[in-house]
Amino acid sequence: MNKQKDVIRVENLTKVYQMGEIEVHALRGVSFNVKPGEVLSIMGPSGSGKSTLMNMIGCLDVPTEGDYYLEGELVSSLDDDQLALVRNRKIGFVFQTFNLLPRATALANVELPLRYAGKNGDRKQLAKEALEAVGLGDRIYHQPNELSGGQQQRVAIARALVNEPAIILADEPTGNLDSVSGEEIMNLLLSLNKTKGTTLLIVTHDPEVAALAQRIIHLRDGMIEREEVLR
Amino acid sequence: MNFFLNIKEALQSLNANKMRSLLTILGIVIGVASVIALLSIGEGAGNTITGEIESIGTNVIYILNGNDDEEISNPKDLTLQDAETLASSTRSNEIAYVAPVVSRGIDISHQDNSVETSVLGSTADYQFVQNLTMAEGSFITNGQVEGRSAVVVLGPDMAQNLLGRSTGIVGNTVRIGGYPYRIIGVTEAKGGSAFNNPDANVYIPISTAQARLPRGSSPNRVQYILVSVEDAEDADAAIIEITDILRRAHRIPPRSPDDFTILNQQDFLAVAESITSVLTIFLGGIGAISLLVGGIGIMNIMLVSVTERTREIGLRKALGARKKDILLQFLTESVLLSMIGGIIGITLGWVISIVVSQIAIRSGTMLDISVTLNSVLLATLFSAGVGIFFGYYPANRAASLEPVEALRYE
Ligand SMILES: Nc1ncnc2c1ncn2[C@@H]1O[C@H](COP(=O)(O)OP(=O)(O)OP(=O)(O)O)[C@@H](O)[C@H]1O
Ligand SMILES: [Mg+2]
Repeated sequence: MNKQKDVIRVENLTKVYQMGEIEVHALRGVSFNVKPGEVLSIMGPSGSGKSTLMNMIGCLDVPTEGDYYLEGELVSSLDDDQLALVRNRKIGFVFQTFNLLPRATALANVELPLRYAGKNGDRKQLAKEALEAVGLGDRIYHQPNELSGGQQQRVAIARALVNEPAIILADEPTGNLDSVSGEEIMNLLLSLNKTKGTTLLIVTHDPEVAALAQRIIHLRDGMIEREEVLR
Repeated sequence: MNFFLNIKEALQSLNANKMRSLLTILGIVIGVASVIALLSIGEGAGNTITGEIESIGTNVIYILNGNDDEEISNPKDLTLQDAETLASSTRSNEIAYVAPVVSRGIDISHQDNSVETSVLGSTADYQFVQNLTMAEGSFITNGQVEGRSAVVVLGPDMAQNLLGRSTGIVGNTVRIGGYPYRIIGVTEAKGGSAFNNPDANVYIPISTAQARLPRGSSPNRVQYILVSVEDAEDADAAIIEITDILRRAHRIPPRSPDDFTILNQQDFLAVAESITSVLTIFLGGIGAISLLVGGIGIMNIMLVSVTERTREIGLRKALGARKKDILLQFLTESVLLSMIGGIIGITLGWVISIVVSQIAIRSGTMLDISVTLNSVLLATLFSAGVGIFFGYYPANRAASLEPVEALRYE
């Protein structure tokens, strides 16, 4: 097996939360690989550890045990600033609750990752292009409360893609949307995967959404229950 | 991260909570304004006092009764004879004029106007020691001192007070302690303050004062003796001469302490400066305490703000913000709060000190308020420092949040 070819490789990932006396085993040894350009769905009942897994892959949290290689690099060897850099350059996040800055315009929200990347000159232009790419070229000066849920999620996708990351992590991206907007969001993410080859990891409860992926990982009680290869 | 963008974003975030930001700024405004106002008032008062002492002139030496620094077994009072001995001493050619002074608090009246004041009894030389010039008439003469004449010289403010005018009054009569005195002269206005105003003085011959004014146990005693020297540089030599002459006159054995005290302008300045610097430190301290309270206000508000924006901080970290980006973001906000407060506070403090100095001038005290560049710089740096000091803890707290924890925060 060629390790270099995997964009994500997790081995025996374990996460234990210490709640006073009680230990909560959110993940109990999860291992899988993801190839560049792959679309992977993660399903499982509530509390099965999906978000915990996504946070670890997004370098927002550290595993209790196990290794995580991102593009061949061992993430646990990185310090705080290097992790920030990885999140900024290699990963785009799409959240269930959009997580936009409430008092900032769509443009300012999309500019945010570029600012932390230290890009100053063409920042506005890049952010504008990203918003045009998600079909919001005419809404760039709107604030989140002036946009519909679907539009807000599209701003979030523009924000996720503006730094051209290798992976986009979407934790229930359609969870707060009606089926029509949900479909639009999925189409947007899939076309991004097609045109730019961005790897997609999507957590969802919706079998129809999950079925759009090439592969589905089913989690239960912090372990991989089964893997489904669709295409 | 772009510097101006950082400031713009901080302003936006402060603007989102206008009332809260304004109240926080108000705390700093009050602190900085009181530092500026109190420091400049303290400094102004100091300037006024030292200015007055300097107006004594560097060539005047004061000889006072007693000696506060030493135990004296059998002290002798300063007397008219002492003054005469000094004046007639041929040994000391540094001494120019010698004026013994008796001063008593007493009523002085003209018709229905009456004031209580301290009347100065002295000799003709007093005019030269103090450099008094006459607006009209003449000063007390030695003949009038010898003859115990009932004559009086008024300062222009005192004349104005008693007679309603300060010119054309020579020959009029005022009553001092009930006795009539003929006005023989009015001094030229010199200007002064509520503490010490030579324009409100009343001068009579020293002999008249000793004979007519109520006196204490020792009738020959004079309060103090003024000595002027030709040249200020001779003052030190003159002090040595005077000490020697007076020790002989008082028959003080060798190695016994003086029973008198000699002071010149430098000594008064030193005392005044130590008093005013204590005053300034005290006033500045009061101001600094209110600035401290303002700083705690900033810390408080920033802590609330960090808690409220925990999710935002988590999101920023997810998007690639480093610890120092978050730290800078929150520090910028607190420094902006304190700097805005500082600038308004400097202006307000300046206005307050101008108002206070106007009030002082209206009530007759020259109070030269000086808002110095120093105190402005001090206040600016101090308020920025307050912003950094009190903003650091909340900002560091924000920067140290774990991304997942922050994102999950409700
Ligand atoms: N910070 C935490 N402290 C303690 N326990 C936690 C923490 N975060 C998650 N857990 C626990 O870990 C387990 C997995 O949680 P996780 O959020 O990953 O579930 P999930 O699969 O995303 O569920 P859902 O579909 O409801 O979002 C749960 O039992 C949860 O209670
Ligand atoms: Mg979840």
